[in-house]
Amino acid sequence: MHTLSIKQLGEALRARKFSSRELTQHYLKRIETLDPQLNSYITVTADQALAAADAADARLARGEGGPLTGIPLGQKDIFCTTGVRTSCASRMLDRFISPYDATIVKKLQAEAGMPMLGKLNMDEFAMGSSNETSWYGPVKNPWDVTRVPGGSSGGSVAAVAAGLAPVATATDTGGSIRQPAALTNLTGIKPTYGRVSRYGMIAFASSLDQAGVVARSAEDAAQVLQAMSGFDPLDSTSMDRPVDDLVAPLGRSIQGLRVGLPREYFADGLDAGVRACIDGAIGELKKLGATFTELSLPNSPLSVPTYYVVAPAEASSNLARFDGVRYGHRSAQAKNLEELYEKSRGEGFGPEVQRRIMIGTYVLSHGYYDAYYLQAQKVRRLIYDDFRRAFEQVDVILGPTATDVAFKLGAKTDDPVSMYLNDIYTIAANLAGIPAMSLPCGFKDGLPVGMQLMGNFFDEAKLLNVAHQYQQVTGWHTQSPKGFE
Amino acid sequence: MSNANWEVVIGLEVHCQLMTKTKIFSGAATAYGAEPNTQADTVTLGFPGVLPVLNHDALQMAVKFGLAVDAQVAERSVFARKHYFYPDLPKGYQISQYELPIVANGHLDIELADGSTKRIGITRAHMEEDAGKSVHDAYAGQSGIDLNRAGTPLLEIVSEPDIRSSAEAVSYLKKLHQLVVYLGICDGNMQEGSFRCDCNVSVRPRGQKEFGTRTETKNVNSFRYVEKAIEYEIERQIEVIESGGKIVQETRLFNPDTGETRSMRSKENANDYRYFPDPDLLPVVVTAADVARVRSTMPELPEAKRNRFVEQYGLPKYDATVLTGEAALADYYEAVVSTSGGDPKTCANWVITDLLGALNKLGKEIGDSPVTAPMLAGLVARIADKTISGKIAKDVFEAMLAGEGDADTIIKAKGLVQITDESAIIKAIEDVMAKNPGQLAEYRAGKDKLFGFFVGQAMKATQGKANPDALNRLLKEKLAP
Repeated sequence: MHTLSIKQLGEALRARKFSSRELTQHYLKRIETLDPQLNSYITVTADQALAAADAADARLARGEGGPLTGIPLGQKDIFCTTGVRTSCASRMLDRFISPYDATIVKKLQAEAGMPMLGKLNMDEFAMGSSNETSWYGPVKNPWDVTRVPGGSSGGSVAAVAAGLAPVATATDTGGSIRQPAALTNLTGIKPTYGRVSRYGMIAFASSLDQAGVVARSAEDAAQVLQAMSGFDPLDSTSMDRPVDDLVAPLGRSIQGLRVGLPREYFADGLDAGVRACIDGAIGELKKLGATFTELSLPNSPLSVPTYYVVAPAEASSNLARFDGVRYGHRSAQAKNLEELYEKSRGEGFGPEVQRRIMIGTYVLSHGYYDAYYLQAQKVRRLIYDDFRRAFEQVDVILGPTATDVAFKLGAKTDDPVSMYLNDIYTIAANLAGIPAMSLPCGFKDGLPVGMQLMGNFFDEAKLLNVAHQYQQVTGWHTQSPKGFE
Repeated sequence: MSNANWEVVIGLEVHCQLMTKTKIFSGAATAYGAEPNTQADTVTLGFPGVLPVLNHDALQMAVKFGLAVDAQVAERSVFARKHYFYPDLPKGYQISQYELPIVANGHLDIELADGSTKRIGITRAHMEEDAGKSVHDAYAGQSGIDLNRAGTPLLEIVSEPDIRSSAEAVSYLKKLHQLVVYLGICDGNMQEGSFRCDCNVSVRPRGQKEFGTRTETKNVNSFRYVEKAIEYEIERQIEVIESGGKIVQETRLFNPDTGETRSMRSKENANDYRYFPDPDLLPVVVTAADVARVRSTMPELPEAKRNRFVEQYGLPKYDATVLTGEAALADYYEAVVSTSGGDPKTCANWVITDLLGALNKLGKEIGDSPVTAPMLAGLVARIADKTISGKIAKDVFEAMLAGEGDADTIIKAKGLVQITDESAIIKAIEDVMAKNPGQLAEYRAGKDKLFGFFVGQAMKATQGKANPDALNRLLKEKLAP
């Protein structure tokens, strides 16, 4: 059952070939036997999942429900879910039970009828590119359990790649959907900023955070993203415009599609094996009728430094609420108010989170604000302008998602800068707010390689269409890791 | 040097709670006095993942204020985050407007003691959220936090340093208070903290151009305290400087019990608030059409109303000023005038002297007056149609205050209808003359002063109900030799 696509699962459920309960039990069983190798789930919610599956079965029996009803999913543990621990992989929220549901949780679970299997591991507060900063321990890559799955949505990708969930939600602030998708042979999409509500998604960097989905194909991703998207009056930054049909246009030909290849994304630093895979994909797309143009995104080299001003600045502010006063970790050692803050936060946050809070506090400080934060906002505008110009010439931009394949656990934990450079190709899309996705395009030494597609604002349907057409003529995305088939 | 050699420079920052039903960024209620934390939803509590959504009513009120003080209403204003850690500040930052406020460059004209007017500049007014309250006396050794107030919309109104004395400061504050209450954007309740003031005070030698170093006295919540706090600060600063010391830029607190201010924190220990635009909120855009819409809902403002009262009702400026002091009082007066058919000045006298006097004694507001506008109008109407005399009317008014019903009910129950039947009055006069032959003889012999005696006796004989005009006229005729 766990090899079927979302579409096939939906059809089988509606034809009553198996029930949502049976399907959900199947996944719960796999999680029980296989997840100890991966650590992809922080919390497995078996009872709630089965109750939701029964409710879905009842809807299906009445001939009700939609294409996703009864298909289980995993939720990244950054989304608030009523009555279930929402930890954001932090000791700070180890005992936090949300009194409310995130908007996407409502949409996918209550409305679409998808039972939640559990809450997925991640980097603490989504800060990381290897899923090694989690309070609940690192997640391992199912393609090689000595390697990282990427981050911050490491639990989401490991679970889907290993068949421990048909599909999972994820979030992307600087590449946290696309880089881990690339490292685990999945299709992951970060939509346009404002397309999916951020309400109930624990904020890391508000102007960059965007929820999306990781799946085993563009078609699977399209169906779930469709159900997640839409205006939310509870999120002032969500866009009040109708959601495009993401599924129907998947079959369109991409004959005449204009694809841009940004010079800066193929420069030094890109691994030759990854490059070869991308070149192979370019060849396939040419056969499908796409035309290629080299172009320049001249401000690309400024993406990483800009990001590491903007994201920590917003994070330092967003994480100020975790003070041990109303919820979350409160130090037992505090003797006065100052100590309550210092010790609760010192004990509750891990080292990477603390590092970013300190960077962010510094760049917003009096006397440094203009030099760092304001300057970064100006550069951000230049990066946005690069894309605006590029999309006057091309329909989509193609490049690598990551510089290399998955690295070994622990290989970069002592070198934050080399860790931050993991996101060198993915950050610009967040700074500009445009949609971007990663999809499998080959293997290097048995490890998956992903390519990235970036599109203009609200061009999710176009990106997914290109990816789907590519996946109709290639089989990379159908490969599964050994031991998890 | 004496104080006359020093010039005082004052700027005021007023925090005014906007009268919205719900909070500035969430649907939680704003009512005062609820059980602690019953008006704190997930947004108020700053739960993980929640987001602010601007309350449109708060924005409308801010725009209304901007129009009322002839200010610029910003087409684009921006909410920023102001960071500091305190237990009653749930998110670790306050959402406030910083670089781009909704209102800028307005003014308010105040009247000085000598009758002249002075224009006080309003630098800016911006929207922000209030913090919660820390409760230090409810639990031994522990502090409680009540977040009901957290997220209540505030308009912070910042004046230019145009104020030169505590009297001017109070005059400005009263004018501002009157305005926000008139506009219906603030309940003006100073005890409950709906209208509170930070006083920036400095002194400089007369003639010096540069400002002296200022101190800021926080959260003073009555007109009298503002006056006292400023007076104390002036004296203190002059004394420090004259004895060779220097004023430190600092935040001070006013103690109402001692009338003194004391240092809270100096500038060196001031927080670095790390302001930056709130990425959860889009810039606030107010179009010309939006402004026009708000303008069409503007009530008549105090000055315009006062001028109209002078013109339309022929009232002295003093009467008009008192009657327009509060919109509710002005409405009351206009209701009495329009329905009683009485002369506007008579109505003004009744409202100002009798009604306000009585309310003052009872400690009641015009809104809870036991004598409503229709009741007072009913009384004035009975004077106008000569059913009762002005003198009897005072007794009827007292009875109405005591809750004995409306004027007609009381007049009927007490048999107070004025005697206008001249034969009845003549009979009473003749009785009095017959009973007082001595006085009559003296009067007729030229002792004019005794006329008052006869008026009193005749009134007494009619239980005060004789029409005074008729009584006077008939008495003169009868007493004539």
